[in-house]
Amino acid sequence: MYKIYLDHVSYIYGQGTPFEKKALDDVSLGIRAGCMTGIIGHTGSGKSTMMQLLNGLASPTEGKVLLDDYDINSRPEEVLEACKSLPPYRNLSKSAAKKAIKAEVTRRRRELCFRVGLVMQYPEYQLFEETVFKDIAFGPQNMGLSEEEIKARVLEAAEFTGIESDLLDKSPFDLSGGQKRRVALAGVIAMRPEVLVLDEPAAGLDPRGRDFIFEGISHYQKTTGSTVLIVSHSMEDMARYCDDMVVMANGQVKMHGNCKEVFSKVSDLSSIGLDIPQITQLMALLREKGMDVPQDIYTVDAAVSAVKRFLETGKGGV
Amino acid sequence: MSDIYIHTEKLCFSYTDADGKAEHPALNGISVDIHEGEYVAVLGHNGSGKSTFAKLLNLILEPTSGKLVIGDVELTGRELSDEEVLQLRRNVGMVFQNPDNQLVATIVEEDVAFGPENLGVPHPELRERVDGALAAVDMSDYAHHEPHRLSGGQKQRVAIAGIIAMMPKCIIFDESTAMLDPSGRREVLNTIQMLNCEHGITVLNITHYMNEAAMADRILVINDGELLMDGTPDEIFAQREILRRVGLEVPQCAALIHELRKSGIDIDGTKISTVEDCAELIASYYAKTSLKQEEQDV
Repeated sequence: MYKIYLDHVSYIYGQGTPFEKKALDDVSLGIRAGCMTGIIGHTGSGKSTMMQLLNGLASPTEGKVLLDDYDINSRPEEVLEACKSLPPYRNLSKSAAKKAIKAEVTRRRRELCFRVGLVMQYPEYQLFEETVFKDIAFGPQNMGLSEEEIKARVLEAAEFTGIESDLLDKSPFDLSGGQKRRVALAGVIAMRPEVLVLDEPAAGLDPRGRDFIFEGISHYQKTTGSTVLIVSHSMEDMARYCDDMVVMANGQVKMHGNCKEVFSKVSDLSSIGLDIPQITQLMALLREKGMDVPQDIYTVDAAVSAVKRFLETGKGGV
Repeated sequence: MSDIYIHTEKLCFSYTDADGKAEHPALNGISVDIHEGEYVAVLGHNGSGKSTFAKLLNLILEPTSGKLVIGDVELTGRELSDEEVLQLRRNVGMVFQNPDNQLVATIVEEDVAFGPENLGVPHPELRERVDGALAAVDMSDYAHHEPHRLSGGQKQRVAIAGIIAMMPKCIIFDESTAMLDPSGRREVLNTIQMLNCEHGITVLNITHYMNEAAMADRILVINDGELLMDGTPDEIFAQREILRRVGLEVPQCAALIHELRKSGIDIDGTKISTVEDCAELIASYYAKTSLKQEEQDV
């Protein structure tokens, strides 16, 4: 089942100006519910534009963005046309139905920001509150939740992201870069989004900070069953954490499938300027040298058992 | 070995709180020699002090104590004239993480000219330096473009050209590839390598990417303000446990060799920095054992 479906979506920047640029070109793409999907592609491939379409920060020039089959950019008039004969609207007067539908569309539009949580690049620059607690609480507060519920949400989000409780009363500006990043992530997780969208969540972090962030995201995803989309340049991280992968180039989806399917097309990836994990490159080199090791290896753990098996038995076990 | 270019002895630096009271030591006595023309990678987790170290080397920050000598000039223990500080910054250039924060002009070639112009380089020479610098980073075709319309990798190369135009002896890259995509990163890394090999510029590359560090002649690992390790990539990556303890990880291929050794396979583990090296190790181990196997069979 698809949580999100992009239906023939195009997006054009500066339409009608000399700088007109098609950032997305007739993209149709379904994102599986409850999965972690990685989106790769280099700068200018359209992936960040796509992220912004998912929670209504931008609306497509053409096509539809469906969240649970609902077009998130629906206009009240269109919905009215489609729904006026359905309950509960069919029993209302024309003007009452119009009003009710308008209210419903507005409500859904507002809810969208909470249902689809967007974590931008370098989100730590967006911290602003006096304490870590207040910063994480900002989202839930805007949802109009009770004090108790807010507190529960903050503590839960802090736990998911590994923020220790003694940090909650500190100023976010006194924290290290890696800690700040986790606070920013917690601020989005505290809204318990059904879809979590992250743009380069680990950029600029050291290996330990990077693992912390990915573990936090993965923990949230597994516990809540939410759908996660991650944009990243690190094929190593993608291979380790993602179920599905989408490869973008020139505003189009070039590949979509599970990690195995995508990484097996090494030459296609190279031709659009993308890397494959170092360990996968090593396997390809070993095969070139005449060793019969499997090609579909994307993590160190898998490589260890495959190479070990090969060295001990002389067989790849493909 | 060539002459020492940077020499530090027990170099220390502490940050002071805004109210001037509490001191936070960031660097606790780093003693190291960097030679002319060396390519050195500096590793360490966030907050380890590696950026502070870099900022001391061109006096963006002044050492709290210790000795710093660059070229033949001792820069600590006395008042420095503005002239001397300028001379130092001309010799030791820095390229930062975010390309957008480093470009000042509205046209690429003007941006590259900004540094040398401020140094008072006269006209025909200024033109030569700008053209030369843009050619060195392979951006000549973009001389008349607007910097903000370039890709991240291109912007970063323009920033590097701006430094090259000042004809430095040494360039420090402070996570200069962190915000770039893989192709942008490759562009910048190739440029760094070329500057080092062909122009003999001493390079310090501060990075979180182990694969980048593997390209250097030598790696320094800084932890909690101290120099924890100093060696070739092979020597450093051989010490996986120590690296892990300070929040760092060896490249994937090196990790594979370590794991194989740990599981009892007697494979050589001395040359593990690159994919090619690791493939070679596995291949020669395989050749050796299969030969043995054949002998036994015979």
